[in-house]
Amino acid sequence: MFLAKSLTKLFDGLAAVQDVSFEIKQGEILAIIGPNGAGKSTLFNMMTGTFKPTSGLVFMDGHNITGLKPYRIVTKGMARTFQTTSLFDQLRVIDNLMIGYKWRTGLGFWNTLLHTPKWKAYQTEAFLRAMEILEFLGLTDKSEFFIPALSQEEQKRLAIGIAMMGKPRMLLLDEPTGGLIQEETDRITRLIQRIRDQGTTVCIIEHKMQMIMGLADRIVVLNYGKKIAEGSPEEIKSNQAVIEAYLGGEVHA
Amino acid sequence: MFTKPIHIKLFFLAVLIAALLLPLFISDAYMFQVVIMSILFAIATCAMNLIIGFTGQASLAHGAFFGIGAYGVAILTKAGVSFWLALPAAAVMAVLIGLPVGLISLRTRGHYFAIVTLCFGVIMWIVAGNWIELTGGENGIFGIAPPGDILVPLIGRIDFSSQAAQYYLALAFLLLTLWALYRIVYSVFGLTFMAVRNNEALADAVGINTFTTKLISFEAANFIAALAGGLYAIVIGAVSPSAAGYGLTFNFLIYLILGGIATLSGSVIGAFAIPILMESLQFLQDYQLLIFGALLVVVIIYFPMGFVGGLRRLNQIIADRRRRKKSEAVHVSG
Amino acid sequence: MELFLQQVFNGIMFGSTYAIVALGLTLVMGILNIPNFAHGHLYMLGGYVTYFFFATLGLGFWLSLLASMIILGMVGVVMERVVFRPLTGQPPINDFIAAIGSLVFLEAFALAVWGPQGLRITNPYPETFQFLGITMTVQRVLVIVAAAALIVGLHFFMKKTVLGATIEAVAQNREGAMLTGINVNRVSAITFAISTATAALAASFLSPIFMLSPSMGAILGMKAFIIVILGGLGSIPGAILGGYILGLIEALGGGYVSAAYKNVFAFGALILILSIKPTGLFGKKEA
Repeated sequence: MFLAKSLTKLFDGLAAVQDVSFEIKQGEILAIIGPNGAGKSTLFNMMTGTFKPTSGLVFMDGHNITGLKPYRIVTKGMARTFQTTSLFDQLRVIDNLMIGYKWRTGLGFWNTLLHTPKWKAYQTEAFLRAMEILEFLGLTDKSEFFIPALSQEEQKRLAIGIAMMGKPRMLLLDEPTGGLIQEETDRITRLIQRIRDQGTTVCIIEHKMQMIMGLADRIVVLNYGKKIAEGSPEEIKSNQAVIEAYLGGEVHA
Repeated sequence: MFTKPIHIKLFFLAVLIAALLLPLFISDAYMFQVVIMSILFAIATCAMNLIIGFTGQASLAHGAFFGIGAYGVAILTKAGVSFWLALPAAAVMAVLIGLPVGLISLRTRGHYFAIVTLCFGVIMWIVAGNWIELTGGENGIFGIAPPGDILVPLIGRIDFSSQAAQYYLALAFLLLTLWALYRIVYSVFGLTFMAVRNNEALADAVGINTFTTKLISFEAANFIAALAGGLYAIVIGAVSPSAAGYGLTFNFLIYLILGGIATLSGSVIGAFAIPILMESLQFLQDYQLLIFGALLVVVIIYFPMGFVGGLRRLNQIIADRRRRKKSEAVHVSG
Repeated sequence: MELFLQQVFNGIMFGSTYAIVALGLTLVMGILNIPNFAHGHLYMLGGYVTYFFFATLGLGFWLSLLASMIILGMVGVVMERVVFRPLTGQPPINDFIAAIGSLVFLEAFALAVWGPQGLRITNPYPETFQFLGITMTVQRVLVIVAAAALIVGLHFFMKKTVLGATIEAVAQNREGAMLTGINVNRVSAITFAISTATAALAASFLSPIFMLSPSMGAILGMKAFIIVILGGLGSIPGAILGGYILGLIEALGGGYVSAAYKNVFAFGALILILSIKPTGLFGKKEA
């Protein structure tokens, strides 16, 4: 359903990502891994419209979405989270979620000012969807809380929930368990599995190898901005280039 | 989802009734004028709150848009146009002029928006002082007639030459502004403004067109500011470049910050309390701005949510303490 | 031709002032990332302090100038410490508001102490001479020379001294500088002091030529902002070049187009250029 075609990004003439192509299939969990500085985040940012690729194309369901702004890409059925937990920390949990539904509705200036029947219907719809997501995240009793009152893990779950609000067909997660302890990581992992079981395709960037090996269906490995391997966890585990990149990375650097 | 507790609603009702009865108790024409001015400033400050407080974009052209409204009404009514047509026309004019300003300045980021809008404010002020054929230059335009009578069913003919009538006119516009802002701010659509203020990258990532959101907020603020300016022109009966100056922007900012940013009641309280306070503290007249300048710095550092924000915090502390006492009592008895 | 040369001369003199004031502002913006809207008002205060020493206490011109620079330097340190440092980590809009509070305060202060009427310092060098057919006063030439000397001096300070290098290091990478053990707070205070002291210098040189008034800082401060944006935030050469260009544009525009709208040119140019290039003429591209 998603296709990246020879994506390249140059910063001041230096290639952060070079000629990377891969595909994400409907219903799978695909992981993009690689040592620090391998170009994972740059690649991710090109997929989500934050960076414009220097060359190469990005397709979603056969539509060319290269160069679209992030807010437009969301409407194509692709939602993302950020590496550092990114929330609206001045607002309540429920407000955080409802914002994520806005693009699906016609809640604009005039509808809101005039409280048209449409406004009422959409507003209720957004609220119900938020309650549904709260339930899914296990945060129902915290809906009125402000963000700083939530734990690290709850914040990470909420960040995923905001992305889920707009009913994306594909979810892109940037290190969803960064900074969490093992127990919390396991709970987030289960949440990601449940998201996939609901029929949402998932793409994850991670460097926690162990977690990825148990979770991903397929893995793409980057090193120095290039794709060095692609395949199932078993294939990746025994791939010579990957082992070298991970074990020998420090020697080269 | 967004309803207020009952005691707060009752409090607002009491304030409204007091406001409606106020003309019965004010006999001093000068003080009455101060009160009417406060209402107009409150309208403009509420609008500023929308773009600065809720959307987080430091628009420093607010005085200029107030001025566009004031000059618009002055020029049009002098040309024989009815006030009732001139007022919306001037407000629409502010929106049209605001469009290129917003399109240019909102593309830029961070400091640039504030600086560009401030520059625009200065340009408008210079133009008001120098385009003598249109604006009367430094002398401005005077002898602006009060609005013509209107016929209202049930009430009959209303004549706007009296202060009381102008007071109710201003009050009606304040209520209308608050009503509109209440609807906008406390809704999913309003949340998008706060989303842009709070975390622009995330707002973008969840499908909000942040540029359009900012532009709508900016233009809505300009429209309302121009309405307030248009009313100012007929209440004072004259306009001069100071009604379009950046000094006015700074005044609104003082009302907004001291009253309480990002709360609807804060702007109203700030715009009312401060001018009336200043009138009653005449002996401080010379040091007014000295005090307010310093206050602005102190408040933004130590009480960034202003008076109303401070009240809310106090309320929360009391509630927390009560809750703690209650739980302690339970522990003791248990 | 004479009119043209006269305007160019005036333009360079105005430009000298703009360059110095913008230089101070760009240092503060580049290093501390503080949009100091009160910078023009600090310039105004510098002029009044010079007036105080020169006219009220009767000190000589050069001594008054020095005293003004020292006092404004201290004002800069206090302002950084009291107004802006507590706001570190707050949304940038709070910096704006604090800066506006400061400028309202400074203007009201000057108004309360010195009154609204314009004040002028007796010109210490009123002699005039003819050069290339245009009339110059020594004081005006002095402004140009002093500005050039200051710019050269500041250049050597930034490039050849440890302190200058430290300031540049903080400007380029605040966190990195902190990690290498640089006391960033001290550097901030020094930068602020340099910025305000140079503003005082510019104001002192101009005070025998133009009237001092409490409101003179507002427009100058905004022009300095425009120069800084057009020259690229934090760019010293950009600020200098921008200052001279704006001085010339104004002098020629004021002489040939419209004197009343002289002040509009700068603001108009800013809006025009930002509409074409949102990051400024020499602005770095945002990633």
